[in-house]
Parts: sequence; C-alpha cells; structure tokens
Amino acid sequence: MFHGYKFRKFQNKLFYFLCLLCVVIAVVPLASILLEVIIRGAPVLSINFLTADGLHGGIGPAIQGTLILIGLTCLIGVPVGVLSGVYLAEYGNNKYASSMRSINDVLTQVPSIVIGITAFSVIVIGVTGSFSPLAGAIALSFMMIPIIARTTEESLKLVPNSVREASLALGVHKWRTTLSIVLASARGGLVTGTLLAVARIAGETAPILLTILGNSYFFQGFNAPMDALPLRIFLNSRLPSPDAQALAWGAALILILMVLSLNIIVRLASRGRLKR
Amino acid sequence: MRLKFTLDNIFKVAAGIVAASAVVILLLNAYILISGSTIVLNRYGLDFITGTNWNPVTGRESFGVLPYILGTIVTSGIALLIGVPLSLGIAIFLVEMAPKAVRVPISYLVELLAAVPSVIFGLWGIFFLRFWILDYIEKPVNAYLGWIPIFSGTPQGLDIFTAGVILAIMIIPTVASVSKEVINAVPNSIREGAYSIGATKWEVIRHWVLSYGRSGIFGAVILGLGRAVGETMAVTMVIGNAVGPSAMPTSLFAPGQTLPSLIANGFLESPTPLEKSAYIGAGLVLLALSLLINVAAHTMVTRLIKVKGGTVE
Amino acid sequence: MNNINNEKMQSVNLNAWFGQKQVLKNINLSVKANAVTAIIGPSGCGKSTFIRTLNRMHELVPGAKMSGQILLDGQDIYRDDVDPVQIRRRVGMVFQKPNPFPTMSIYDNVAAGLRLTGAKKGQDLDEVVERSLKQATLWDEVKDDLQKSGTSISGGQQQRLCIARAIALKPEVILMDEPCSALDPIATAKIEELIVNLKEQYTVVIVTHNMQQASRVSDFTAFLYLGELIEFGPTRNIFEYPKNPLTEKYITGEFG
Repeated sequence: MFHGYKFRKFQNKLFYFLCLLCVVIAVVPLASILLEVIIRGAPVLSINFLTADGLHGGIGPAIQGTLILIGLTCLIGVPVGVLSGVYLAEYGNNKYASSMRSINDVLTQVPSIVIGITAFSVIVIGVTGSFSPLAGAIALSFMMIPIIARTTEESLKLVPNSVREASLALGVHKWRTTLSIVLASARGGLVTGTLLAVARIAGETAPILLTILGNSYFFQGFNAPMDALPLRIFLNSRLPSPDAQALAWGAALILILMVLSLNIIVRLASRGRLKR
Repeated sequence: MRLKFTLDNIFKVAAGIVAASAVVILLLNAYILISGSTIVLNRYGLDFITGTNWNPVTGRESFGVLPYILGTIVTSGIALLIGVPLSLGIAIFLVEMAPKAVRVPISYLVELLAAVPSVIFGLWGIFFLRFWILDYIEKPVNAYLGWIPIFSGTPQGLDIFTAGVILAIMIIPTVASVSKEVINAVPNSIREGAYSIGATKWEVIRHWVLSYGRSGIFGAVILGLGRAVGETMAVTMVIGNAVGPSAMPTSLFAPGQTLPSLIANGFLESPTPLEKSAYIGAGLVLLALSLLINVAAHTMVTRLIKVKGGTVE
Repeated sequence: MNNINNEKMQSVNLNAWFGQKQVLKNINLSVKANAVTAIIGPSGCGKSTFIRTLNRMHELVPGAKMSGQILLDGQDIYRDDVDPVQIRRRVGMVFQKPNPFPTMSIYDNVAAGLRLTGAKKGQDLDEVVERSLKQATLWDEVKDDLQKSGTSISGGQQQRLCIARAIALKPEVILMDEPCSALDPIATAKIEELIVNLKEQYTVVIVTHNMQQASRVSDFTAFLYLGELIEFGPTRNIFEYPKNPLTEKYITGEFG
C-alpha cells in the first residue's frame, strides 16, 4: 500500500534530508567562491599591486575609480533617493504616491545593461562626449535611487507618530519636523540603507562597462575614461595572459572584501539597533 | 501664518516632484531605447525580432535577435528549474525545520550569496565551475545521452547549461527569501489543524503550507525570473558568446548568447549607426521582456490573492 | 483494553514548560471513557497546554517541554517508539478558533485525514464524509454545497465542520480547546448538544472558561489554577459541593 504508515514516515525523513541538502547545495558555491578568490587572489596582493597603475602591475586606478564612482553616485543618488522616500513615507497616502511607489519598484527590475545603454546615449554621447566617471555615476545612481527611496520610506515609517506630534505640538512646521526630527530619528536606517545600496552598486559591471570604458592610468578628469574594480576583473578575465588573470583574482579579492565587509557592518549595526 | 503654510506646501510639492524621479528615469530609458532603435526597426521591421542573422559587414548587413531572445528564455528556464526547488527547500528548512539556533546564520549565508557581485560569479564560472560542470555533468551526460539533440555536441563547459547553472545560484537568495516570508505568513492554525488529523510534517508542508502560499511563491519565482532575465556579466563570461544562427539554443552544451550578453559583448565595438541601433534594439526587447514579466507577476499575484481573499478568514 | 476503572487516558506526574516558565505542575488526572471531562480555570492556568499534551500537539510549539507520562489505554504516548502522527489519529482535536482548511472544499476538509492514509475517491469516502457530517449535525446545511470552500460557511458551521473532520478519522478521544469561545449563543447551543451526543461513541475532553458550559455538558470537571490541579471529580460534586475554597471562589465568580 502506497500510503502505508512506514512509507509516510520514510517520505517525511527523506523530505527533511532533501531540504537540508538544498541548504548545503546553496552554501557550497558561496564557500567555493570565497575559497577560490582567497586562494587565487591572496598571492597577488602587495603594496605595489594596490597602489601602482596598470602599466606597473597594479590595480590602483581601479580602486581609485571605484571610490570615485561610489562618491559621485552617492552625491546624486542619496539626496534624490532620500527625498523621494520622505515624500512616499510622509505624504504617501494618495494615488500619485502609490503609483510612484510601484514605478519605483519597476525601476529596480530594469536590467542594468539597459541603464548602461541609456547613460551611454545621454551622457557619453550627449554631454561629456567621452566615456567618463560622470556617465558611470549617473548610470549607477539610476540603480541607487529606487533602492534608497525604498529603504528611506521603510525606516521613516518605523519612526513613531508621537515623535512627529511632539515636534508639531511645539509649533515646528511639518517640513522642519520632517527634515530635522524625523530624518534624524531614522538616521540609523538611512545609513544602513545607503551602505547596502553602495555595496550593491560597487560590484555592478554592466552599466559602467558602457560608460567608463576602463583605463590603465589613474584618474584623468571628469570627461576621460576611468577604471573600476568590477570592470578590471571583467576585462582581465578575458585576457589570455595568466598574469593578467591573476590580477583579476586579486581585484576580485579586494572587491569582495569591500562588499562583504559593508554587508557585515550593516548586519552588526542593525542588530545593535534592534537590541536597543 | 500664510508664509508658514506656504513653506510646508513648497516642501511637499518639491518632495513630490523628486519622488517622480523614478518615472523620469524609466521614461528616459524607454525613450532612449525606442529612439535609438528606430534605425534598425525601420529597416528590418518584424524581421528584427524573428531573424537569426547578425551580420555587421557593410553591404551585407542583417540583424535579428531571435537566437538571443530564445537564449535568454532557455538560460532563465534552466535557472528556474534548478534554482526554484533549491530555494523552496531552503525556505522550508528555515521556517519549518531548522533549530532556532541555526536559522539566523543560515539565512545570513544565503543573503551573503546575494551580495557577491555578478562579475565575481563570472570569474569563478570561467576558471572553476566550468571545469567542474564539464567533467562531472556535461561529459558523462553527453557520452550517454548525446544522441538527444539538447545534449549533443562537444561540450566545452562555456555554454548555455553553465550559464543556466550560474543563474540558478544567483536567483537562490531572491527566491528563497521571498518564499521564506510567504511560508512564514501561513497562519499557524492551518498547520495545527493538519497536524491534528495525523499529517506528517512533509504532508503538512506539501498539502497545506505550499498550497496556501502558492500565489506568494509564484510571485517569488517570477521575481527570480526577472533577475535571471536581466543578469548580464556572469552570463556574458560563461555562455560562450555565439553570434548569428549558431547562437540558436539547440543544444544545452553549445555556446549561446542572451540579450544582455549580446549587448555587453558587442555594443562598444559597433562602429556603424545601424549596428549600434541593432544593439539598442536588443536592449529594447530586453526591457520589454522584463517589464512584461513584472506586469504579469503583479497582475497574476494580485488576481490569485483576490480569488483567495473571498474565502480566507 | 480499558482498565477496570474504565480510564481512557491518564496523566501521571505531568509537568510542562514554555522555555523557563513552568505552566503545568505535577498533574495527575484520569479521563473516563465515553464521558465528557471538562477542564476549567482562569486564563493562563494551563488548561489549553494540558489538553495539548494529550495528543502531543504541545511539542509543536517552539520552546515547549514536558515531563511525566500520558497514558492512552494504559500505554505511555511519549515513549520513544511512539509516533505522534499515529497518536493524533487516535486522539483528535478541535481548536478555539474554527480552522477549516481554506484551500479545500467542505468535502475535502472532511476527507483530508483519510486521504493521507490512501483513501481514494469513491463511494467509501463519500459515505464516511456523509456520516461524519451527519454526526456533526452539519449534513443538512451543507449537503448541496460540498464543493464550496471550507471557509465559505458561518463560524458555527465551520466549527462543526472541524468536528466532522476529526470524527472522520474515527478517533477514540476528541479534545476540544474552548470550541465555542468564538461563536454566538445559538451556534454554541448547537455545539454543546453535539458534544453530549458524541460521548456515546467517543471520549471527550473539553477546555472551557465558561462554567455554565462545563456544568451543562460534562460528567467530570477538573479545576486548574496556576498550573496546578486544584480539584477533580464528578461535575455535580465540583459545582455543588466544592471541597477546595479556591474552587468555590472560582465557580461563584469571585475571580476569573
């Protein structure tokens, strides 16, 4: 009998182990990736590797470029994203806001290569006339804005209404209350949201491939091609020389250290916040 | 008084305008892609969608994106086929089975998988996973089942199958975490009722938890599909980058191409306006595909919830 | 195989905890076969926990622990070689809030338990479903709507559906955890009448915080207070001649 008790019991056990197996199967690639990156990337590390330019066996321009991109992207993405989030959280009970909210979600689903094409056509062709850090930052900020808007809205909604009421009751205007009191109360959430968004865009390759092109030299100005870590990894992975490939692994180690440490900082910070 | 009132309103309106930035960005993308692809669409019309050639040589130009649309669908399909069961297993394990002490560490590990940049997945794919898949999956399967067209050819490891596997790994965090929330939201009273009639844990999950949460899980799967369809770098690095009719996904063990990988590979090296327009056209098709998936997911999930809404407590 | 005193279930030195908090303290209590035993006491006294130990539902709550024995026909249901899944088929349960399965039809709600053990569609299953719904006095109200969702009927009907769901498995004991607390007086009266009829075939244990209900439906009553069994005996004795002053205070409504 197919539904005999022993069979059901066996099915139950089997299913437990299958689910456990799924977890193991998912963790294996993560472990393998980290292991490969460390084993192949660590031997390359040296002061020269981190600071020299591309002609002298270093990834200095890529590290510099990634930091510049992060800075520029935040300069555009954070104010716009936060203000959008403020509107959605504080004035978001209307049809306009809810449609903005859905479109915000749709934007997070737009393939990153498409954003690259747009930034290429608008900025590289139309504004700077060349591959440029600016074009890269615009492309990345298109990805950052919806993420920050969403996390801002969520953290502002966690601020208790009593905080707003207390401030309004003192005769402070709503706009000042929002900007100085509500945003300040939610600053923890805003910072972690921004850090997560930075971790996400720091590793993005497709949009910057079409916008900053890559460069062996350090920063050449705002309308010249620039390097970045993920781009360097991609370009070097396609080169036949083992030395160039080793450089890619070294760059991967630096990038993954950056991204994972941002994630871990966020994790620790938000745990501390929850405890309090 | 009037001034204060005005300042508040100015702030509200200003924030409202900024909140429209998502619309502006979306429209800008759509406009750039549509206007950028007019050259190729005017010249080839529907043939651009149904054609299989990709020939930029002057005088013999011919551009069709069918192989790359199919390549995108096939790789995403493999990703779902492998990734969804794994993700569901993880979600079920985390909600229904794991001891409290390991829940947080395991879900954290799965989240870390999402944090790994796609280009690093690609690097690992070229130099590690590719050989593993070649030796342990493709060669044996090809040796015994090579007579079946989809397993035919001489496997090299840089092909549609490897791209699908990498995508499967990449969608796991998305699908698993949304499914986890869905399963968590299944009311405990349903589980208790099922246990009380002598169901085993497996039966409770299969007949009650998954059936109650099916619309949410469907949404999770579609989110994963959206991620797989738009993924660029990892796929570009491992798919083998076939162009033209040979990119038609006839065998899983042959090089292929997806819409994003086509663009990443060729966009910058396209000298003529017509060729550039063809790449932008591929981007337009990709954007339409991912928006379609989004809208379909949204309407289907809300419809399912509405149907259920009439009956659920 | 009942023993001489006709005791269907017994708890022996039963203790239970949620995490560090002890919710049941050394409970010794016997449930007579083919009788209704009521467990009364103020909220938080451990009465729900008690009946959930009787079919091993208690252990499903994270952090729940217990010690002692629960005997079913003299056999400890917590022995290592006993599977809770089989115990729950012998000891059915009805919950505080009606919880018919929302994704299943009325028919499937009743048939679900039998299907787990391989019952196929067909006349046999139809007969069991009909008989169970009739015993639960629900048949006449739903016989034309068997394919409607289990949650499409009223709260009182849903609770009777849950009783039919339990009956369909032909359990030996039916546990009811405040089955009327979410229902209106008319639906409550129907369920109470049903409970009295059920004892002909089944042993019933019912938790209630409604003392009138306990006195109306039960043959025996146990009074629990802060996790301890204060008094246990025939319902009439408990309500008319309570031995313990605490019991008296509770049934006269001085606290609760």
